[in-house]
Parts: sequence; C-alpha cells; structure tokens
Amino acid sequence: MSLTPTASKAATPEASRVPADDGLMRVNSRRTAGAVAALLLLALIVAGSLLLGSREVNPVIIIEALTGQGSTPDHAAIIDFRAPRTAAGLLVGIALGLSGALIQALTRNPLADPGILGVNSGAAFAVVMGVAFFGAREMGQFVLFSFAGALLAVSVVYFLGSRGRSGGTPIKLTLAGIAFGAVLSGITQGFTLLDETTFNAMRFWGAGSLAATPAGALGWLSACVGAGTLIALLLSRSLNATALGDDHAAAMGASLGRTRVWVVIAVTLLCGAATAAAGPIGFVGLMVPHIARWIVGPDQRWILLYTILLAPSLLIGSDIVGRLVIRPDELQVGIVTAFIGAPVLIWLVRRKSASTL
Amino acid sequence: MHTDVASEPALRGTPPVPPAVPVASAGAATPRIDFGERVWRLRLGPSGPSLVVKAKPALVGAAAVALIGILAVAAMSLGSFTLSPGEVLATLLGQGTAKTELVVISWRLPRVLMAIVIGGALGISGAIFQSLTRNPLGSPDIIGFNAGAYTGALVSMLLLGGGFLATTIGAFAGGLATAAVVYLLAFKRGIQGFRLIIVGIGISAMLGSINTWMIIKADLHMAMMAAIWGSGSLNTAGWERAIPLLMIAVALVPALMLLARPLQGLEMGDDAAAAQGINTEPAKLWLLVIGVCLTAICTAAAGPIAFVALAAPQIARRMTGSGRVSMLSAGVFGALLLLGSDLIAQHALAPIQLPVGVVTVALGGMYLMWLLFREAKRS
Repeated sequence: MSLTPTASKAATPEASRVPADDGLMRVNSRRTAGAVAALLLLALIVAGSLLLGSREVNPVIIIEALTGQGSTPDHAAIIDFRAPRTAAGLLVGIALGLSGALIQALTRNPLADPGILGVNSGAAFAVVMGVAFFGAREMGQFVLFSFAGALLAVSVVYFLGSRGRSGGTPIKLTLAGIAFGAVLSGITQGFTLLDETTFNAMRFWGAGSLAATPAGALGWLSACVGAGTLIALLLSRSLNATALGDDHAAAMGASLGRTRVWVVIAVTLLCGAATAAAGPIGFVGLMVPHIARWIVGPDQRWILLYTILLAPSLLIGSDIVGRLVIRPDELQVGIVTAFIGAPVLIWLVRRKSASTL
Repeated sequence: MHTDVASEPALRGTPPVPPAVPVASAGAATPRIDFGERVWRLRLGPSGPSLVVKAKPALVGAAAVALIGILAVAAMSLGSFTLSPGEVLATLLGQGTAKTELVVISWRLPRVLMAIVIGGALGISGAIFQSLTRNPLGSPDIIGFNAGAYTGALVSMLLLGGGFLATTIGAFAGGLATAAVVYLLAFKRGIQGFRLIIVGIGISAMLGSINTWMIIKADLHMAMMAAIWGSGSLNTAGWERAIPLLMIAVALVPALMLLARPLQGLEMGDDAAAAQGINTEPAKLWLLVIGVCLTAICTAAAGPIAFVALAAPQIARRMTGSGRVSMLSAGVFGALLLLGSDLIAQHALAPIQLPVGVVTVALGGMYLMWLLFREAKRS
C-alpha cells in the first residue's frame, strides 16, 4: 500500500523532492527537540537523586563532594551512597530499557520483555542454587550467581530456539524462552516454597532494589552496559529491516541470522548485568520502548535513543519516590516503577495514536 | 505432493461417498474436496446433515482422553494406602469394600475430578484468550485476573487474617474486580487485542508490586503460607470443593459450544470475522466473560495454577498438527497436564506434598521444549 505514493513521487522527482525532504527535516527537528527535552528531564532527575533522600543535603555540598572536596559526614554520604546509587540507576535503567527495545523489535511481540529469553528465570534459579547449596546470603554474593545463571539460560534458549533450518525465528525464540524459563522457575519455586531461608532471601532479591548494588559492581556493570549499548546502536538499521517481517527483511538484504545473534548477545549483556546488579525489575524494559515508539514512530534508531533517555528517568525517578514516601523506611524501586509507569502507559495506549508493533 | 493419487486416496480427502448422493448441479460427479489432510465424513442418511471430522486431531484427542483415564486410575491407586487398579475400578463400579470406598470415593476421586475439570477449564480459557488477542503469549493473566486474585487473597490472609473461605472470597472478588477494571480501561469504541494486552500488563504490574510489598512486609511464616496458596495447590481437595466446581463447569458447557464458531472467526481478525457474519463486539465480550468465569472457578478451588492456560493450547496445537487453537483439544491437554502434574506433586518427593502449580510450570515447560525440539528436527 505504501508503495503507491513512492512510485508517483519517483515519476515526478522535481515536484516532490523538496516538500518530502522538508517534511522529513521537520519531523527530525521535532524528534531532536523531544530528545533534548528528555535529556533535560534525565539531568533533572539525576540531580534530584543526588539531592533528595532521608538526609537533607545542601546542593553546594553535593558539588563539593563530587569534585573531591570536603570530608563531613554529608560529603561522605554523597560519595559513598547517593552517587553510586544514582550511577547504578542510570546504568541499570539504560540496560533494561535498551534490552526491552531490542527484544520487542526482534520478536515483534508487545508482551515480550527482556526476561523472555530466560534472563530473569536463569538469574533467579542460580541465586536459589547459591542460597541452597553454596551458602550465599548477601546481595553482594548473588551478583555472580545471577549473571552466570542469566548467561547459561539464554544460551540454552537460543540453542533450543534456533534449531532447524529456519533458524531462530521470533516465535520459536519466544516459545523456547517461555518453555525453558518455566522449567527453571518451577524448580526455583519448588526450592523456595520448601525452605524458609531460601524463601526469605528470594522475597527480597525478587523485589528489585538499587540500594543493594555493591559499589564495586559499578565497574563491570558499566563495561557490560557500554558494550551492550554499542551493539544495540550498531544494530538499529538492521532492526528497521527486521520490523518489516522476516521475508521482507531478507528481501531487503538484511542478514536475519546475524542480527538475531547480536540482539541475543546484547540483550544478555544488558539485562543480565542489570538483573545481577539490582534484581529482576520487569516493568521498565516492557514499558519504555512502547512509549518511545508512540512518541517517535517506528524508526528503531530514534526508539533506541529515546529509550536510553527515558528508561533511566523512570527508574531513578521511581527510586527517589521509593526513598521519600515512607521515610525512614524505603520502598524497593521494582515496586515503585509499576506504580509510576503503569498509569502513564494506560493513559497513552488509550490515545488514538498508540500503534501496535 | 499430489503425485500418486490412486495409491493415496486418503490424502485426497473424503473416503468414497456413495455416488447416489444428489448434488446441487444434478448429474455431476460427487466433488472430492481436498482438505489437505485425512478426514472422515460422517453423514446421517443418504442426504442428511454431515460432519467432517479431521482424522489426526480426533485420533490424538482420543489417545489423550485414554491417557487421562489411565492417569486417573493411577492417581486413585497410589498413596500411603496403595490399591491395585482392579480394586479401584471395582470400587468405582460400586463393588468395593467399606475401606476402599473411603479411600477411593471419599478421598481420591474428588481430587482427580478437580484436576481434570480445572485443567480442562484452564486450557479452554487459554485457548479463548490466545485466539482473542491472536497472541501465543495470551492467557487469562493478561486481563490481570491472577494478579488480582492473588492480591485479594493476600489482603484477606495477611491483613485481615481470614481463613480458607475468606481467602477464596478475597481471591474471587480481587480477580473479578481486576478483570472488570482492565476491560473498562481497555474499552474505547470496542475492545482491541493490543490495547487489552497493554492495559492488562500495566494493571498486572501494579498489582504485582502490591503483592511483592505485602509478601516482603509480612511475617515470614505467613508470607510463605500465602506464597504456597499463590502457586496453586490441590492438596486440600475434597468433595465440598469439587461439587460446586463440577456444577458450574457443566453449566458453562453450552455457552462454550455456542461460542466455538465466533472464536474461530475472531482468530482471523476482526474484519474477517465480521465478514463471516459474526457480531464481533458482543462475541468478544461473551468470550472474555466466559474465559474469566472459567479462570475464576479454578482459582477459587485451587489457587492460581500457573502455565496450564498458556501451555495447553500450544501443546494441543502442536500435537494435533492443526493450524489453529481449538477449545476442545486445549481443554483435553489442559486436563492431561494438570492431572499428570498433580500425580508428580503428590508422589515425587513423598511425604512432602509440592504445590501442583510448581509442577505444572516445570512439566509444561519441559513438554513444550520437547515439542519445539522435535519440530525443529523435522523442518
């Protein structure tokens, strides 16, 4: 259907080229303006995350602390707690959002979240094994188990879903992810429900929290997120082709098999690292790509950019709210994200412009 | 594919129909319709109403039903008081001793019946939601029913300190209220699959957060009890719960038969369904209502048992080699899955009784994996 206008434009190039380019420029400048606004929002929220908390801190002290001056308890609180926590929020937010955008682009299924390839169930399974057999008790000890579990689970899912001549089609990968994830979560649940120690550890890990991210984890977290983001951005053009459906994408010369492998690698790096650092936080990766798509349309390059800016805003914003609402206690960030995100999501999907995948 | 017609009459569709059957254009030869697979045509009298039965789904379905029968007898034989299958059958036919009657009829039969009915109902509701949303990830979960039922149960267990009845009522009320809220929020000049999915995701995520919060804040032992209810269990099955469940399930059968055709139409999309003369919006509303009712009675009887609704239609579709999800086969495979899972849940780690939901997830997952594996090998 969309071929008709293109064909008529080609027939009269002089007449149509100018307005068409003009329209594209107008759309792109609107998209750029939106991206700048999203960047400002993110900056504001990051500043808020440094400022707000159970302890009131003067903005001057924050600047002093970040530039390495001052040594009062306030300075120490910023350097030791709030700054790493904000950095973790930024990295985990980017990772969850991007992996969600990638998995939705690959599977073209609006229900797909980054956990669908088995990341979350693999991580939970490995953490339970760690608690039950290796005596792991602290959040810091869960990191390694979680990341290893995610890697193993995704490898099995990819192997299972890409057998056969047609390779890893979206539907096969999705079903393989559900199937293997279910097996793992059944075993996880069995262990959890039979032993109180395991149950107790899992109920806190499962909520998802930025407070528990060990400061030493920031180094490898940023390495994983950096690599994953780079892969995602390099993939954006191929993903645009993938969105047309497998046959059209192949006809356009996109290498489907290679794109899929790289998407799976990127999702594993991003979501695996995020889950290891903060526990399974499901909603961000599911929701933000939908919203980004409704704002900028189907171009994956813009969707990825908006997701990078909006997902950490949602996550850090939720973390701030979680710190403030029931002071001096805290709400885990995984609990707050749904409460802030879901009303926005529902309001947006009820508007006319909300498109399907 | 159509090379050797003479030696493969079965592939060409109908078995030989008596040539005397009158056809609209008088005198023409009986048309042989190519259904693309082996079918049987049942006909009442020479020109009576006819029914085309596809051979493979019928055979697979019959095998599954037979397997359900075998598992049911096994479930009634095994336990701390083991009986032989012969004793079980004799008791069911009224020839048992007082002791075997107590064990089989009073203790084990209601649990077996509940497993079959709940499994079947979950499978059917899964088929309804997957066809309605045209999404293989569709299940009653997407309308938020299970998340809402869990919230209701947690509130009555942890906050109000209610017993079994209060938990059931809480779950029922929570689930129905959530389904209604999701439907209303997704309604805008009709129900559209994508919008329903997104609204369901949002509401479920919010309720999931509340559930996590309540579990974290509760006393450890109470939280664990609640979590066991939340994974679904038949460990407390008995006649007092089986009878109302059976009555409601039987009452829903005519509605299901009436809705089978609209469901098939809607699977091809709203426009195609409308072109077939299906009044799409009322059909969708009724399908949602029935799907939610089926889930609600199951949750009230045994807690939210996961994965049966999701896996049964997919397993059925792959086993019968059919291109679409049918309610009947999804129900049969749902019953088989839950009955088999309950057998494992009771006896695998005996004397520890696992919640059956834990086993349905693992077993259904493994089965789905095996099917995918086999499918990939063939292609």
